[in-house]
Amino acid sequence: MMSDLTQLGVKAIRDGVSGGDFTAREVAEAFNAAVAGAAALNAFIVTTPDHALAAADAVDERRAQGEALGVMGGVPIGMKDLFCTKGVQTTAASHILEGFIPQYESTVSSNLWAAGAGMLGKLNLDQFAMGSSNETSYFGNVSSPWRKDGTNAAMSPGGSSGGSAASVSARIAPAATGTDTGGSIRQPAAFAGICGIKPTYGRCSRWGVVAFASSLDQAGPMAHSVEDCAIMLGAMAGFDPKDATSLKMDVPDWEAALDADLKGKRIGIPREYRMEGTDQAILDSWEQGKAWLRDAGAEIVDISLPHTKYALPAYYIIAPAEASSNLARYDGVRYGLRDLPEGSGLQDMYAATRAAGFGDEVKRRVLIGTYVLSAGFYDAYYTQAQKIRALVAQDFAQAWAQCDAILAPTTPTASFPLGSLSDDPLTMYLNDVFAVPASLAGLPAMSVPCGVTSEGLPLGLQLVGKAFDEQGVLNAGLAIEERAGFTAKPEKWW
Amino acid sequence: MSVNKADVAKIASLARIRMDDAALERMVPELNNILGWVEQLGEVDTSGVEPMTAVIANTLRLRDDVVDADPLTAGGRREDVLANAPAAEHGFFGVPKVIE
Repeated sequence: MMSDLTQLGVKAIRDGVSGGDFTAREVAEAFNAAVAGAAALNAFIVTTPDHALAAADAVDERRAQGEALGVMGGVPIGMKDLFCTKGVQTTAASHILEGFIPQYESTVSSNLWAAGAGMLGKLNLDQFAMGSSNETSYFGNVSSPWRKDGTNAAMSPGGSSGGSAASVSARIAPAATGTDTGGSIRQPAAFAGICGIKPTYGRCSRWGVVAFASSLDQAGPMAHSVEDCAIMLGAMAGFDPKDATSLKMDVPDWEAALDADLKGKRIGIPREYRMEGTDQAILDSWEQGKAWLRDAGAEIVDISLPHTKYALPAYYIIAPAEASSNLARYDGVRYGLRDLPEGSGLQDMYAATRAAGFGDEVKRRVLIGTYVLSAGFYDAYYTQAQKIRALVAQDFAQAWAQCDAILAPTTPTASFPLGSLSDDPLTMYLNDVFAVPASLAGLPAMSVPCGVTSEGLPLGLQLVGKAFDEQGVLNAGLAIEERAGFTAKPEKWW
Repeated sequence: MSVNKADVAKIASLARIRMDDAALERMVPELNNILGWVEQLGEVDTSGVEPMTAVIANTLRLRDDVVDADPLTAGGRREDVLANAPAAEHGFFGVPKVIE
């Protein structure tokens, strides 16, 4: 019985705990053991079994008292190590924050604890969430639990939420938080055969989340099912006065309103997403997705998002520009690493600290960002990119006249072996070509697993919705999930 | 536009990242690859387009003019603020001597 608990998702655990089928403590113990047995995945930077047990005991105690348990009551989760957690090291997977112990709790994690969740540990990620393969972490690569049929090569879990994706698909966590700046929830979810949703920009508070590109960063859940995502997103979201861009809107009951009947809905297929270099298996899955949505009652319509091609290069100006500004705070003075070479002054200390603390990809992006914001280049690069961002958003706004949601692939390929792209930043960036446009436009977008390649690797389909219409995205995702019948699991090797 | 080693040295200095000659040499082609790729944005006619400033229309809020309204972001937390400092001394952040 105990080992079976790790096969359960958010809803099954919550309902099982509240129904008395098992205790929250039994669940926490089962997942703590699974985490302890999966060191080979390197999914966690630190584990926090005591946090999970304490939260579980509190839930069991409330149940004994006949009190409500919360929408995440008794569910232990993995927390991406980009969320500040009081008293627990928070690193953003960077050496520069190694040993940093936040004195406060991020709003999103705080909301989750208030909803009855507990924490299994802090999940590995690409350093400062910059990466698409989880190979830029100072704390080592995360291995995907998936392998190509008949091979032993370590595969990428995707990134930047690679530890989140790996832990959920390996069933060492029933769900995990992710953050998505340009695909960092959706791409790893697709690679790992799980669901993940990035809500509308502003739904989840950014307070206490280590900043990468503030106009793009959004938190969201990664879990086994669309329903689990709906539940967990409901627990994470909500207005927060401490985040100036937080949406002052009620959080709908997404879970209660889930409905896979798409009669009367129009789903747009953007012709510009049919790109060279996309795997045939991905194109086939896209066709299959259309058929599933049609079967659910939706009308499929062709649409055009004419500036799609420019979204990725615009992103690679905007995100590094914001990152170069955000990361200026790592100065060796207030927190984190300090490198003070013998006899050096303040400026030398800054430069030495940042040289020692940042990884190569972070340095690359800070330098690009510094360059595009520097005098003489600002208009040609940054202003132009912000104008193109407006055009990308306008493309979507015009598409909504013809459709209610958009169906596209999540990624141009399935997962790749660790190390196979790490020498080629540009090819790596192309992984997010289908994910970035929705990020630039601040729209809710989700990846749902739809099948596996001939080599046994998972594929995801992406749904993009109108601003604030997470429900439309979740409902279309549910229609796909019900028809895809995705039950593939990675074979345990760790 | 492309950058040479001197440009990269200037950028690295602006970004306060120490880089030796070998690191600068390595970075030149990497940055030029990326800059060459984003160059295509110049093809887009953006005349008359306002650069985006807010992705989701939102009003800028002001908090109530109350001292320490939210205890999480309030004053009086010197120990917390200094808790992670590499060199906190006498209630301040410590830095190397600055002589200008």
